[in-house]
Amino acid sequence: MDSIVDRRQHPRGKNLGNRQRFLHRARSHIRHAIKENLKGRGIRDSESGETVSIPRDDVHEPEFVQDARAGRREHVLPGNREFVEGDRIARPPSGGGSGAEGSPDGEGEDAFTFELSRDEFLEIFFEDLELPDLVKGRIAAETSAIPERAGFTTDGPPVRMNLERTMRHSMARRVAMGRPTARAVAELEDELERLRSGAIEPADGRPAHARIAEIEALLKRADERRRRVPFIDPIDLRYNYYERVPKPVTQAVMFCLMDVSASMDEDMKDLAKRFFMLLHLFLTRCYERVEVVFIRHTQHAQEVDEDTFFHDRQTGGTVVSSAFGEMLRVVGERFPVDDWNIYLAQASDGDDWREDVPRCTRLLSERVLPICQYAAYVEVAREGSIGDDPLDSSQSELWRAYEDIAESRPQFARRRIARPADIYPVFRDLFRKGGVDA
Amino acid sequence: MSDTLAPSAGRHAARPLFDSGDWTVADIERIHEAVTEVGVGELGLELYRNRIEIITSEQMLDAYASLGLPHMYRHWSFGKRFARHEILYRKGLTSLALEMIVNSNPSVCYLMEENDATAQATVLAHAAMGHNHFFRNNQAFREWTDADTILDYAEFVRNYVARCEETYGLEAVERTLDAAHALQSQGVDRIAPRHRRTVEEELRRIAERRRYERETEHELWRVVARPIPQAAGTDEPADPDTEAERRALALPEENLLLFLEKQSPSLKPWQRELLRIVRTLSTYFEPQRQTKVMNEGCACWCHYTIMHRLRDKGLLTDGAMLEFLHLHSSVVAQPPFDHPRSQGINPYALGFAMCRDIERICTEPTAEDHEWFPEIAGNGTPLETLKLAWSDFRDESFIRQYLSPQVIRDFHFFRLDDDPADEALVVGAIHDERGYRRIRRALAAQHDPGENRPRIEVRDADLRGNRQLRLQHTVRRGRTLDALEARRTLRHLSTLWGYTVVLDEVDDETAKTVATHRQEQH
Repeated sequence: MDSIVDRRQHPRGKNLGNRQRFLHRARSHIRHAIKENLKGRGIRDSESGETVSIPRDDVHEPEFVQDARAGRREHVLPGNREFVEGDRIARPPSGGGSGAEGSPDGEGEDAFTFELSRDEFLEIFFEDLELPDLVKGRIAAETSAIPERAGFTTDGPPVRMNLERTMRHSMARRVAMGRPTARAVAELEDELERLRSGAIEPADGRPAHARIAEIEALLKRADERRRRVPFIDPIDLRYNYYERVPKPVTQAVMFCLMDVSASMDEDMKDLAKRFFMLLHLFLTRCYERVEVVFIRHTQHAQEVDEDTFFHDRQTGGTVVSSAFGEMLRVVGERFPVDDWNIYLAQASDGDDWREDVPRCTRLLSERVLPICQYAAYVEVAREGSIGDDPLDSSQSELWRAYEDIAESRPQFARRRIARPADIYPVFRDLFRKGGVDA
Repeated sequence: MSDTLAPSAGRHAARPLFDSGDWTVADIERIHEAVTEVGVGELGLELYRNRIEIITSEQMLDAYASLGLPHMYRHWSFGKRFARHEILYRKGLTSLALEMIVNSNPSVCYLMEENDATAQATVLAHAAMGHNHFFRNNQAFREWTDADTILDYAEFVRNYVARCEETYGLEAVERTLDAAHALQSQGVDRIAPRHRRTVEEELRRIAERRRYERETEHELWRVVARPIPQAAGTDEPADPDTEAERRALALPEENLLLFLEKQSPSLKPWQRELLRIVRTLSTYFEPQRQTKVMNEGCACWCHYTIMHRLRDKGLLTDGAMLEFLHLHSSVVAQPPFDHPRSQGINPYALGFAMCRDIERICTEPTAEDHEWFPEIAGNGTPLETLKLAWSDFRDESFIRQYLSPQVIRDFHFFRLDDDPADEALVVGAIHDERGYRRIRRALAAQHDPGENRPRIEVRDADLRGNRQLRLQHTVRRGRTLDALEARRTLRHLSTLWGYTVVLDEVDDETAKTVATHRQEQH
C-alpha cells in the first residue's frame, strides 16, 4: 500500500557536511572575496549574511568534454520562421568560449556566486584574529549562573506559584466538572427569598410552594456539588519554573569616542564609523553580550545614541580629555570594572587644544588604560592629505602625545587611516593573533 | 490496490477533491487515492509502491544536491550544487522543480509544501503515476538499475564513505572522490553490462586453445612459418601468464572507472571501493540520461490525461482546472530557438507532444500517418501502443521510430549544419517533405549518448615496465576534446593510476593522431 510521510518537521541541515566541505575547499578565495566586499559595506548590514563570488577554479569539476568549437555538427532547433533549406546564416560572433589555450590553473571562467550565512561570514572573517585579553572573561564564566524562566511545573515553593495558570486550570476543571457558579446559586436564593415573601409568583402558574420545594432541592444539590468540586484543587496548582543557566560567558562594553568638531568632515566620520563597525562585529563574535556606548565630543563630551553619534552635526572646539571624563563617568555608573570587559575605540583627526594634550595623556595612561582590556586610537586623515604610507606625514598633536603610551602599554595601539581600503588591514593588524604589535 | 480503491469511488464522485489551494495531509491522501484510481484503475499503469514525502523547499534543495537520493555520501561538490541552487532560488531566478521522484522500490516521491492543491494533484499524477510507471517498465531502467536495492545501497554508501573519512582522513577521501567524479561519464558500460574474464579464466582458455591446436595440428602446417604471440612492445615471446594477464585486461576498455578499479597498480582497497561506488551510482543514473524525453513525455501525458479524467468525474473545480492548464502549459512550453530564454529543445514539450501524437495516430490517423506509421495508424489502442513505446525504447530509438511529420511541423524544427570549414552556418533541412526524415535522423542522433559523448578507451597498459597507461579518444567528425578540460581530467586520472597517462586523439576517418595529452606521474 502506498504511504504518505510528512517529513517537514525532520531535522534541518542535512547538507551541512557538504556545505562545510565546500567552504573549506574554497576558503582562500572566500576570504579574499569577503575582504573586497567589506569595503563597500554599511554599519547596519553587519548583521546580515554575505553574497560572495569566487573564481571557479578551486571548485571546478573537470571531465572529458568535446571542444564546442571543433568538428562538424548538426543541430536540430525549434521555432523556424523564415529559413528554407540551403539558407546560409552568418555565425554569431563567438562569445569567448572557455579558453582551451589558457593555463591549466588560472583562466577566465565565470565566477561562482553563492551566499554565506552570517555565522559563516564571521567565522571566516575573524578566523585568525584574537581578542587581546580574554582572561577576565574566562574567570567570569565559571563563577555565576542566573535563573531563567523555563516554563511551569506542578510543584514548587508557594512564592513561585503562578496565579494565572493556576486559575486557568481551576476554571477549566470547574466548568468540566459542572460546579455551579456562585452567581447561579445567588440567583436561586434570591428567587427563593422573593417567592417566600410573596413578591413574585412562579411564571408557569404553579403554586408557589411547589416552586419553593423545587428550588430548595436545587440549592441542596448545588451545595453538595460545590462541596465535592472544590474551587481550587491541588491539581490546579502551577508554579513558575526556573532553570539555572550559566551567566553569559562574558560581557563586554565598547566605548566609541569620536571627535565631531568641525574639522572632522563626513568622509572622515564615515571612515571612523567603519572602524567602529568592525570592532563591534568582532566583539559580538567573542562575547555573548556586547554593549556599545557612543561618546562624542567637541570641547564638551556627551553620551549619545548611535544615530546622533554618526549623523548629528555639532561645532565647537576640541577637548579630547572631556571624552575620557565622560567615559569614566559612564563606567562608574553602569559598568562595574569587575563584571565588564571594557574596550575603547577612539577616532579623531588628531586635533586637540594644545593645553589639553598633557591632561589627555595623563587621563589615558593613569585612569582609562588600567580599566581597559584594550584601547585603539585611530587617526583619520583626509584622503590625499597623507601619502600612500599613512605614517609618512606631518604628525598631529595627539599622535605625538600618544607615542610614549603606545610604546609602553601593550594594550594600547594606534593607527592612521585615510581610505576605506585601509581599514581592514589596519584592523587585522591591531588584532593580530598572538598579541598586539603597536 | 484497486480493491481498496473501488468503494471510495462513489463517495467522492460528486464532490470536488478540494476547492481551495490549501491542503492538509488528509487531502493529499484523498487526492492520491483519486489519482491512483484513474492511473491504476483506468489506465492500467504498473507501479512500484509509492512513498510520498511532504517536504519543505530547503529539503527539496537538499534532495537536489544529493541527486534525489534520500541518502548520499558527503562531498563538497554536493555542497556546491546546493549553494548554486539556493542562490538561484532565493533570488527568484528559478523556481524549484515541482516534483522529484526516486527510481526505487518503493518509489520515493517528494511533494513540496509550497505547492497548492492543484499542483500537488498534478505532481502525483505526473511523478507517482507517470514516472513511476516508466521506471518500472522501461527496458533501460530494468536493465541498468536495481530499484529494489538502491535505497539500501545509498545508505551503505553514505556510511562507508563516512567510515573512510574517519579512518583515512577527509583529504585522502576527497582526492579519490574528486578523481572518480571526473571520470563518472566514463564509468558506465555503454551497450550493456558485460562479463569480463578473470586472469584464471583467461589462463584456462589459453591452455584449452593450445591443447586444441596441438591436437588438430597437421604435419603440413609445420613448414608454414607462424608468428609466435609476443608481448606488446617487447621481442620476448609471451609467456602464458603475461598473456593471460593482458587478455584479462580486456582491452580496449571503455569503462575507465571499472578499469582503474580492477587494474590500477596503486590504489588501496578502500579507494577501489570508492571508485566502484561512483561507478555504480553513475550506472544507476545512466538510464535517466538516455530517456529524458520519453520519461518526461510519459509523465506529462499521464498527468494531462489523469487530470482531465478527474475533471470529467467532477473531482476538480473549474478554478483548479484552469490553474492546472496554466501550470501544464508552462511546463510543456517550447520557446523558439532565438528566444532569450531558449535552452534548446524542452524535453517535456517534445516528449508530451510525441505521446499525444501517438495517441492521435492510433485514433484519428491522416493519410500521411497511414503512410508513415502503417503498423499503428488507426489501430484504436493508443494506451497499449504508448505502453509498448514506453517500455521498449530509449530517446534515440523512440524519436527514430515515432517522430511524425506532424510534430516536426508543430515545432517548426530545422536542422542547422555547423562545419568550421565553412564561414557560415547552413540550414540543412526544414519541416517539409524533403526534410522530415533528415530532421528525424539528426534529432535522434542528438539524443544518442553514444553519439555525443567522447568515446575514450584504454588501449594499452604496461603492467610490468614503466606502467604507462595509454588511452585513445576516437575523434568523430573532427570533434576533438576541450584541451584544458582534458588536461585537468587527466591529472585526476593519473592520480588514480599512479603513473604516467597518455591520451591520444585519433581521427576515425584518417586514423591519424590529431592531438596527444600527457600527464606525467607526480
